[in-house]
Order: sequence, then structure tokens, then C-alpha cells
Amino acid sequence: MGTFLVTVEDARVTFPCKEDEFVMGAMLHAGKGPVRYGCCGGGCGICKMRVVSGDYEVVKPMSRAHISEAQEADGLVLTCCVKPRGDLTLGRWP
Amino acid sequence: MGFKGTLRPGLVQLRVLDFDATLNFYENILGLNKVCETKDGRICLKGYDEFDHHSVTLRKTDKAGLDFVAFKAADADTVEEIKDKVVKFGYKVDEVPANSDQPGFGKRYGWTICTGHRFEVYSEVEPAEQQPMLHNPDIWTKPPRGMRAQRMDHFLLYGPNIMEAERFCQEVFGMYVPEVCNLPDGNRLATWITSSNKPHDLAFVEYPEPGKLHHLGFYLQDWADVGNAADWIALNRLKLDIGPTRHAITRGLSIYFWEPSGNRIETYAGGYTAYPDHPQRVWDADQVGRGLFYYSGELIPSFLEVVT
Ligand code: FES
Ligand SMILES: [Fe+2]
Repeated sequence: MGTFLVTVEDARVTFPCKEDEFVMGAMLHAGKGPVRYGCCGGGCGICKMRVVSGDYEVVKPMSRAHISEAQEADGLVLTCCVKPRGDLTLGRWP
Repeated sequence: MGFKGTLRPGLVQLRVLDFDATLNFYENILGLNKVCETKDGRICLKGYDEFDHHSVTLRKTDKAGLDFVAFKAADADTVEEIKDKVVKFGYKVDEVPANSDQPGFGKRYGWTICTGHRFEVYSEVEPAEQQPMLHNPDIWTKPPRGMRAQRMDHFLLYGPNIMEAERFCQEVFGMYVPEVCNLPDGNRLATWITSSNKPHDLAFVEYPEPGKLHHLGFYLQDWADVGNAADWIALNRLKLDIGPTRHAITRGLSIYFWEPSGNRIETYAGGYTAYPDHPQRVWDADQVGRGLFYYSGELIPSFLEVVT
């Protein structure tokens, strides 16, 4: 099973994330990055970030109250709902 | 003053995202019993110690949160009286026909209050098939599952203008307000409101965005069952918010955590016995950390930030 590197651009931190691990879980585990406490269920929207580059998969539904279809197409994600499919670079939202 | 209008919150409809995982949580982890499925695929559930048809409906959609809360009144006359008072208070009322969207429920009236939440009132509801025993009753017939939630207890709602919401609950529902938290300017930060001896049937926190759910609370037997609920949280890798802890406000024993669709759930036991003639308890906003989380005395950021 693959492990990828996730970099948070403006926070200048990098942490590993396994392919079966949620990005938010890996961030919490590493204790790095702009972690904000949240529901981990795709409902509250507090973990919203922008994927600047890299492949990922949305494996849990993300509440449309926080990620519109246009935003989803634009690379905005709830990090508790996505798993990496390659190295990722993330940016803060907003 | 108590029991002059509504009896208690009797029904909530929740919006959920991941239907299977979330239903599994309510049924097998929280321990509610599945009652029925509606034609459009919603699931109705109840606590094992509840008498009415159902108390929680889950609706799969693309946003988490709360569709509505419904309060039970003692009889049809009280429901009509409440409806007239709602209109007089200034909210626009609609009617939901009997046995339409909620199987087993009679006619309901509904309206939206200033905080953006839809409230409803009803009195007629069919008895549940599975009820607590009535004649020489044992404590239960089938052993309660998982967290052993006995019944839906209360909810905390976030939205604007909670002073008006508090006044609404008093003037229209006949509720009273055992406990409040005030900002330095004298305005409410939070209010705890009840129609009965429970310290709260519902609570509000002032919040700029309308219609938000902070948590839905389910009643557990005692502190030992709060510990049991914590075990189930850990065992199922649910996301814990805080607890087991005690609220100084309401004196409840509590855990906050999130179900799989991100709605915050509280498993709650104890609480003081409220009476409408007791004086009101008042918290200053700078002490509310101790009021909410008595052991640590500190407010956690998620309490004010994370809602659905
Ligand atoms: S933490 Fe709530 S949506 Fe991700
Ligand atoms: Fe609560």
C-alpha cells in the first residue's frame, strides 16, 4: 500500500498520508498543518481546504452546504472526506 | 410555567450524508430501534424507552443538519391554542396533514422562528409497536443495544436573535428558562429552556448563521452508561468532541461526539430537577467554559465553531 506526501503550501509543512487514510486524519496524526477540530464526517465544513496539485479521491460525501459542485470541480475539498492517490499540495481556505 | 403548553420535544428529522453508515450508528451503536421506512426512503427510529410511534427520522440528502423539530402537546385543543399564539406572535403557520410525511403522526402545524429553525407542534401520534412494559413492568424486554440510549432528550440550536426565540418558547409554548448565559452588554449568549422537570428541552446559542444544529442529545441511565457510551465511541472510531465530563449548566453528565454524517450527538445522563418556581441560574459569558465543561473549566474552540 502506498504512502504519499502531503504539503501544506503556506504553512510549509509536509506529512505522510497512506492511500487508505483520510488527509485530515494524517494531518491530525502528524500534528502538523492548519488542523481545525471538526466532525470528521463531511458535515460541518471546518476542514475545508484547496487542493493546489495532485491526485485524490473523494471517498465520503461532502456536505453541499460547504462544497458546491463548482467548488468541488475547482479542487476545494473537505479534508476529512478525501484520500490521496499521489503526492498532494494543499492551500488554506479561504 | 411548566406543562402549560407543550410536553416535550417528540420528533426531529435529521439530514444525513452517508446513509448506511449513519443508520448503522443510530441503530446499532446509539441503540435506537428501527420503526419503519417511508415511501421516499427515510428511516424512522425510536428509543427503547419511548412510547410514541417514532422520535427520529433520518433523511438522506447532500447537506448535514436539521430539517425540523416537533413538540408534543397534551391534546388537540392545546395544539390549536398554540397555533393561534404562533400567528399572534408573528410567524406564518402551515399545516402538515396527518399520516403524510411522518407515518403514525396526526396533523402538525409548522413555522420558522427567528433563528431559522422550523418548529412544529402536534398532539396525536400512534403508540409504538415496541413500548416499555406497562403491567408489572420489567425494566426492558430486550436488552438495550450499544450505548443504550433510552430516548431523545433535547437539542442545542445555533442561530440569530435567541432573545426572541426564548420569549417565543415562554409565550407560545408555556415553557420556562432555568438557566441563561449573558454577555457583558446584558444580551444573551445562550439560554436553556424547558416545559417540564428536565433542565432543558432545548437550548440556543446566539450565532450569525440561521438554522444550525449544535447537537442532538439522547438520554442515558447514569454515569456508568456514559462510560459505556465512551467505549462504543472508541470501539467504532467515532470522532470524540469532549467527555466524558460534566456540565455545571444543567448538571448533566455528558459526552459530545459526531455521528458519521457530521451531526454532533450528545449522550447525556442526570441533570438537576427543574421547577418553574425556582430562581433562574445566571452565567457570565467569561465563566461559560466552567459552565459547559466543569472539570477542565475551559471552553473548547469546537463548541463555538462546529455546527451542521
Ligand atoms: S471536519 Fe467536519 S467536514 Fe471535515
Ligand atoms: Fe446538551
